[in-house]
Amino acid sequence: MNPIKMQLSCPMPKMDYDRITLGHGGGGTLTNKLLEQGVFDILGNEILDTHHDGAVFQMNGMMAFSTDSFVVSPIFFPGGDIGELAVNGTVNDLAMCGAKPQYLSLSFIIEEGFLVEDFWRILCSIKDACQRAGVKIVTGDTKVVEHGKGDQIFINTSGVGIIEPKAQIRMDRVKVGDVLIVSNVVASHGIAIMSVREGLEFESDILSDTCPLNHVVKDMIDEFGDHIHLLKDPTRGGIASVLNEIVRDVNLGIHLNEKQIPIDSQVKGACEILGLDPLYVANEGVFIAIVDAKSAEDIVNQLKKNEECAHAAIIGQIVADHPRQVIMRSGIGGKRVVNMLVGEQLPRIC
Amino acid sequence: MKYVNEYRDEELAQNYIKKIKDIVTRHWNIMEVCGGQTHSLVKNGILDLLPNEVNMIHGPGCPVCVTPIHLIDKAIYLAEEKGVTLCSYGDMLRVPGSSRSLLDAKAQGADVRILYSPLEAVTLAQQNPEKEVVFFAVGFETTAPANAMSVVQAKQMGVKNYSILTSHVLVPPAIEAVMNDKDSLIHGFLAAGHVCTIMGVSEYGPLAEKYKIPIVVTGFEPVDLLQGIYMTVKQLESGKHVLENQYSRVVQAKGNIKAIEMINEVFNVQDRVWRGIGSIPESGYEVKDEYEAYNANIKFNVQIVEAEENKSCIAGQVLKGIKKPFECPEFGKKCKPEFPLGAPMVSSEGACAAYYHFNRATENISA
Repeated sequence: MNPIKMQLSCPMPKMDYDRITLGHGGGGTLTNKLLEQGVFDILGNEILDTHHDGAVFQMNGMMAFSTDSFVVSPIFFPGGDIGELAVNGTVNDLAMCGAKPQYLSLSFIIEEGFLVEDFWRILCSIKDACQRAGVKIVTGDTKVVEHGKGDQIFINTSGVGIIEPKAQIRMDRVKVGDVLIVSNVVASHGIAIMSVREGLEFESDILSDTCPLNHVVKDMIDEFGDHIHLLKDPTRGGIASVLNEIVRDVNLGIHLNEKQIPIDSQVKGACEILGLDPLYVANEGVFIAIVDAKSAEDIVNQLKKNEECAHAAIIGQIVADHPRQVIMRSGIGGKRVVNMLVGEQLPRIC
Repeated sequence: MKYVNEYRDEELAQNYIKKIKDIVTRHWNIMEVCGGQTHSLVKNGILDLLPNEVNMIHGPGCPVCVTPIHLIDKAIYLAEEKGVTLCSYGDMLRVPGSSRSLLDAKAQGADVRILYSPLEAVTLAQQNPEKEVVFFAVGFETTAPANAMSVVQAKQMGVKNYSILTSHVLVPPAIEAVMNDKDSLIHGFLAAGHVCTIMGVSEYGPLAEKYKIPIVVTGFEPVDLLQGIYMTVKQLESGKHVLENQYSRVVQAKGNIKAIEMINEVFNVQDRVWRGIGSIPESGYEVKDEYEAYNANIKFNVQIVEAEENKSCIAGQVLKGIKKPFECPEFGKKCKPEFPLGAPMVSSEGACAAYYHFNRATENISA
């Protein structure tokens, strides 16, 4: 299996240049050519096609608005690429607010000399990700920086969405006795990236978990409504950092159970070898739900019906003891504090 | 994960805790030498499970923690002033020198890289013949064979722009230094399983005899540690003081003969300064004269003035097991992993960092 997806449905048109030059960001003929043959052709829709300075559309009701920038290296990795990540990242941030993601902006900062073919692959991947999530790119920007002033390509996406009618997702709804659910196996994205990072390459079948979570979140909110108290996606810093953010904000404690945290055995093995703690490794297709204890089992059972949540599990509770601290029962029955990640997680040396 | 999961089994672990409680009759201080063992004890919550009579004291076995401050200053100097590509293991980059860490130097433009193996540094040197590549070779006996091999490989491949800055330390002299300290309260040792995997166990029997202390070569998983502690307590309670090997699935009596040959090819034993402890006779490796072309100390001949430690850091007493990390007035206050005063707060093997990350609840330090 080739872990890097090829988009055969999306052939690249013949272009008279094979690398992005400074001129492509200059706003003139080259920029227009790149946009027309690339961005607009692939990502076009009724709003984007107006070619206006900004997107004009109507929305009614409470809205969520989020933004995220993507600088992942390498830009193509097992299970995804920077384009797919850029769409899913903002889609998931909106979904965590209880919103139905609808419209996204898309901005590129491209390093001079970047291969047009790679740019094309990323655009195709963005198109696929938008279709899967059910969102539209409605405005955007492209800038090119001199060689050496960037790292191939950086992407920013921002997005808006209407809050689902039944959603009541707020930090102040978290209360003692609530149950913590993790939607799938943890740490896969970070380890997939590590497995192809220069100097660290190792052979594995580990794929990034990047995926849009908005559909499963919508189904969950539709079914369980205000029993869903809080949603968070544990990206950088892993689940440990997100849980620490929560306990600090709500001034309560979290009790975790190490044995219940789902993790793929290959990912676990890679973490052992690299000296990484899976609790601190990034995820891109996982969410933490803090829910009313009465519905927790039912929510897990519903989540498990979805491929992207096949390993959903209850991993802990909100407690009044040890406010502002996450304490985990270790696999052998001991206790340890789970802290926020300090700096980058660095490999240990012996 | 075969051969790992079995040693993380809750029932087996609880069984050993019960066995320790059953036989212990008085207070014992047991030092685990290796920082990896400290890390595992704290991370798995073992310290809280042990009976009060068993007091684990955390030893000097964190190579990053005992690397002298002037060597870190030297590494920074090489990266900044001599324009070398300075490579090392991740933890080493965050340790503060007299004013800054290698990571600070990297942020200010020095070419500093995190690698998992010195052999990658040789490849880097081969691919960049115009650059000098220096590997900051820290570690106990465990990392010495790979560091030695990088030198041998560089020589065989004719790579001339590669050298190592060594800070290699040895476990048996450290055990002697701890036992010779008049403040020492140690009754028994868990020796470091990985070090003995390389070196074998022959050096430890005479130490057990000389100081009348049990030494148990021990692994790193929770059940390994609990079994090692049980074996030590059992010896102590029955008045014995011999060498035993808990980690027999990995450690052979003679060690790894090929690895030892590699070490002996490149290194000889010399006196070494240990950060926080001081000079210990014949306690480290230095590159032999035959390989001096690969010795960064000789190649760059940089004299760095000895720097002073931060006065409020009690790392020396922590490394000798005289004080626990939380007995330091600055622990969790002025000294945190984000802005460490001393090395044990930096390395994942360091006792202060282990307590900070995994054990603060019991000491009630504010976040």
